[in-house]
Amino acid sequence: MDIISNLITQTLGYSSTLLFGSTGEIITEKSGNLNLGTPGIMSIGGVCGVVGAYFYTISVPEIVPIISVLITLLSTILGSLLSTLIYSFLTITLRANQNVTGLALTTFGVGLANFIGGIINNKAEGSSGISAFPEIATIYQTKLPFAEKLGFIGKAFLSSGFMTYLAIIIAILTAIVIKRTRVGLNLRAVGENPATADAAGINVNRYKYCATCLGGVISGLGGLHFVMQYLSGGWNKSAVEQFGWLSVALVIFAVWRPLLGILGSVLFGALYVIPFSIPNLAPKNQQLLELLPYVVTIIVLTISSMRKKREQQPPESLGTTYFREER
Amino acid sequence: MSKTNSGIAKEPLIHFTKRDDITGFKSVLWHGVGLLAGLIVCAVFIMLFTGLNPIEVYVKMFQGTFGGEVTRLKAIHHTAILLAISLAVTPAFKMKFWNIGAEGQVLIGALAAAYCMLQFGDTMEEPLLILTMFLTCMVAGMIWAMIPAIFKAIWNTNETLFTLMMNYVAITLVSYFIMVKDRSGRSDLGILNERTGYGYLPKLFGQDYLLNIAVVILITVLIFVYLKFSKQGYEIAVVGESQNTAKYIGINVKKVIIRTMAISGAICGIVGLMLVAGSPTPSLKEDIVGGMGFTAILVSWMAKFNPIIMVFVSALVVFLGDGGASATDALKIDSSVGEVLTAIIIFFIIGCEFFTRYKINFRKRQKGE
Amino acid sequence: MNSSAAIELVNITKTFGSVIANKNVSLTVNKGEILSILGENGSGKTTLMNMISGIYFPDDGKIFIDGEEVVISSPHDAFKYKIGMIHQHFKLVDIFTATENIILGNEDGGKYNPKKAVEKVREICELYGFEIDPTKKIYNMAVSEKQTVEIIKVLYRGADILILDEPTAVLTPQETEKLFNILRKMRDAGKAIIIITHKLNEVLELSDKVAVLRKGEYIGTVNTSETNESELTEMMVGKKISLNIERSTPIDPEDRLIVDGIDCKNREGVKLLDNVSFTARSGEILGIAGIAGSGQRELLEAIAGLQHLETGKILYNNPKTGNTDDLKDKTPLQIRELGVRLSFVPEDRLGMGLVGNMDIAENMMLRSYRKGKSLFLERKSPRDLAEHIISDLEVITPGVTTPVRRLSGGNIQKVLVGREIASAPTVLMAAYPVRGLDINSSYTIYNLLNQQKEKGVAVIFVGEDLDVLTELCDRIMVICGGKITGIVDGRTTTKEEIGLLMTNSHGGENSEQN
Repeated sequence: MDIISNLITQTLGYSSTLLFGSTGEIITEKSGNLNLGTPGIMSIGGVCGVVGAYFYTISVPEIVPIISVLITLLSTILGSLLSTLIYSFLTITLRANQNVTGLALTTFGVGLANFIGGIINNKAEGSSGISAFPEIATIYQTKLPFAEKLGFIGKAFLSSGFMTYLAIIIAILTAIVIKRTRVGLNLRAVGENPATADAAGINVNRYKYCATCLGGVISGLGGLHFVMQYLSGGWNKSAVEQFGWLSVALVIFAVWRPLLGILGSVLFGALYVIPFSIPNLAPKNQQLLELLPYVVTIIVLTISSMRKKREQQPPESLGTTYFREER
Repeated sequence: MSKTNSGIAKEPLIHFTKRDDITGFKSVLWHGVGLLAGLIVCAVFIMLFTGLNPIEVYVKMFQGTFGGEVTRLKAIHHTAILLAISLAVTPAFKMKFWNIGAEGQVLIGALAAAYCMLQFGDTMEEPLLILTMFLTCMVAGMIWAMIPAIFKAIWNTNETLFTLMMNYVAITLVSYFIMVKDRSGRSDLGILNERTGYGYLPKLFGQDYLLNIAVVILITVLIFVYLKFSKQGYEIAVVGESQNTAKYIGINVKKVIIRTMAISGAICGIVGLMLVAGSPTPSLKEDIVGGMGFTAILVSWMAKFNPIIMVFVSALVVFLGDGGASATDALKIDSSVGEVLTAIIIFFIIGCEFFTRYKINFRKRQKGE
Repeated sequence: MNSSAAIELVNITKTFGSVIANKNVSLTVNKGEILSILGENGSGKTTLMNMISGIYFPDDGKIFIDGEEVVISSPHDAFKYKIGMIHQHFKLVDIFTATENIILGNEDGGKYNPKKAVEKVREICELYGFEIDPTKKIYNMAVSEKQTVEIIKVLYRGADILILDEPTAVLTPQETEKLFNILRKMRDAGKAIIIITHKLNEVLELSDKVAVLRKGEYIGTVNTSETNESELTEMMVGKKISLNIERSTPIDPEDRLIVDGIDCKNREGVKLLDNVSFTARSGEILGIAGIAGSGQRELLEAIAGLQHLETGKILYNNPKTGNTDDLKDKTPLQIRELGVRLSFVPEDRLGMGLVGNMDIAENMMLRSYRKGKSLFLERKSPRDLAEHIISDLEVITPGVTTPVRRLSGGNIQKVLVGREIASAPTVLMAAYPVRGLDINSSYTIYNLLNQQKEKGVAVIFVGEDLDVLTELCDRIMVICGGKITGIVDGRTTTKEEIGLLMTNSHGGENSEQN
């Protein structure tokens, strides 16, 4: 039983990073913007958490848990917001090509994260040359207080850090907003047919800005979660970029529905965890099993393209820029 | 775009209108302005972290790349490899096929090269071995690129995400290969055929890398001619502009998509061969392509798909990347700074494009130009 | 300023690049009044209305609502002034339901409550007698249903100024009559209504005043009761012109293309072409008339090898070899390789016929680049052809290397038609070849078609202007809802006869008269 509950908890850990990433990307894509900069934004989000932790740790003698969490969260939000704004400004106001801008942002974000992370690591006292903030990371990893008392359910599903539950809550809220509110209706209209939305009096650019920025911030939280869960609050050239790309793929898997995104992220997380959990598996075969998430994504991608169901297609204007006076 | 306060009758402060594309001198001017602004921001970025003044920054960057006697050949080789990948992705881009899988296509070529070197090294004569390697790499890259193309052609499967996933499949396969072949348990193959030298590409005039550079020059000329003067290049341009027009004049769009991606993949495969067997110390690692597959997309786009401009853009990117790394040597951080600088320049060039396509009208009808 | 003026435009000017779309246009619409805006295609009607509804922003001029100067810089502003526009190309989100589209962007009304909105939509339907399911998705709807949704959308918002852009183009006569009754009801309720059209009978039937635009310029406004068709036509086209298109007698017509019982379905399985049969003869112009979207495009594309056909045959009698080939299910390339000299001027000039970003010479190559075994392009003869067309057809362009996208509509069309006839076709199909062209360019095109006819080409001409069809064509085939409702003699038929066939949905009785 313990092995299984452990497996579930581990799965949820990886899932949360993906879920933040994909929920953010879903919000962005619902507005008609394909942001291939997500891996970069997640990297920046992660490293900004490290920067926040670093400055907080060196400026106070003792760490206050709640303040350390707030500071890291805030710096992540700020960092991912600013980097997303580059993308938003270029693609929405200056109507640049979304693919190119997104890829450039990923190059920028990953590079900047490694650069800043490197500088902080250089200042590290530790022998490993990697500076980490395990005290703060521990706070992020704290289980829910009542988890232990609830037996298997508690151990398996409630033993993750608060970010996991935040990711799920954000995904559910996103689903509700998109499906059941006026803002969601307007957002979907902008992504489907901006000219129609514009004619209906919706401020297309404002929606696009808000959606890309909010999406970027949520994706950035995924980077922070990864840093705190797996890197003890420090930075090294890590898998954040790879998780960013997987998040983009997950959006397709979830056919642009945040609730399916929860399921998808759990599946992807499981595929990521399982190879390491099979006993007596040779490392090389473990390596081979790591193909699964990518292969599954490819299969889902092709199947959904073959089925061509109207409700399961990407937002119609995805990837195109909108200019009202286009002739 | 246009902002108005509700109820108050006034014109929007700034209001954009589309204009006929600026061409020639003015367009070059705008791009120059963008580049200059980008270079200034890059200099400021490095200043912040190193304390060097901007002139010093660029002098150091130049010495670290094309200016230094030791570094020059390496920088030129780096430029050549980046240029080759950029050329590889260009035909597909011109067709508006968003192949972001060059990274994986090169890597699979590299894997093929390493496999041949280890597998056939002691059984084949050198010329036959090299020929086998060449063909294997080309076919490997071709297949890797054709898989997403076939799905795109038949089911219109999103090629951006498909090719992206193929990158990671390639990376994982390389890791697997390394683990299978490695007997030391360090997950590192070291230098391939170090003692025997089997399968090393010949040196031109006794110089390292020179053969690679020569091959890339040849590829540049071929791609330039192919895109500009061949019938297939013309078909690519038509498909990229309008698939409806292509069908109207009887072009088999599916065939063109698959054929073009096969060419892209083949070139990527050859680049993989050059990266492994064309190096004086051939080795295979998962990060041997080092993100150049992605950078190449940006290079191709910034050069407006023109192979000749691409030579200069590749050189600029290498200058920023390798030069940036050497200028920040003192910080003891690995090369990430180059990516940041490249991205900054791209942001500015993308941004300035706007001014070549739109006219800005300010309130009170001052002329936008 | 008239106190009862609902909206007043003063000296509105708008340019796109170097094209002047509107120049010094001034109009007034009073409350409780229907104003028609009349003008040919491309006279700037839609651009003008788009400025009132906030889609475009004028370069110059003033707009007054209820006597006060206003700035309408977005559709949102337009709603604020209770302006509602029903666009010719519907502004609807396909995967939304009717109700979702209707409430889209509608801020007032408190909490978001789709169920209540459905009720309100039902109420409006009952009030005006619309028949529509508020929960139906748009992609499942017919054109007239979509238009109904558009109208309800405007009513739902409580608009006082309604603008309708060519609302009847897609409607049956009954639907048109229904619409007009609704519009009259609204007028009586004190709303100001602007209707864009180029159908004179509708103008006279419905409106109180008529404003005329010509090539972007405002010509004047007249009261409908004090005017007549010929005066309006004169205002619209500048001077009274009888078209006077020459028409020669066909010489030795032979059956060139025999279309026999072809069917074509769209993705949803709706029949776009239903058992279509006809014959196109050499040395003859066969006109095709019909309401827009009745299957004309599919028919031409089917012949050109661009549509998949369910059943039927398309037989081509090759005058050179004497063979008869079936073109059904052949690709355009296979058709070419059979030696069929088929030229096609498609409706979508820059989206299909030409490549906008390429220059004239490169566009010439579209047809000829495959010639020869060489792997490389031959550039000289396309260039010569380009120069030839520029001088022969008086194409106004800075040079052969200018992208065709930057030419004016008429010049673009000359380039396209010039290329298509350069390959010495035996069949020439042209879809709406004079749409958006000025009078002079139109005549150039008519002359070219006539020259081809005299050379023995079988010309198929899809047109919209019945005057042109009846003066140019030897025979006119009428298509309605994908069915052929009649083939009439161009010399003896009347506009009324064709008009009747165009709206005859029963069809079937192929009245071949030649």
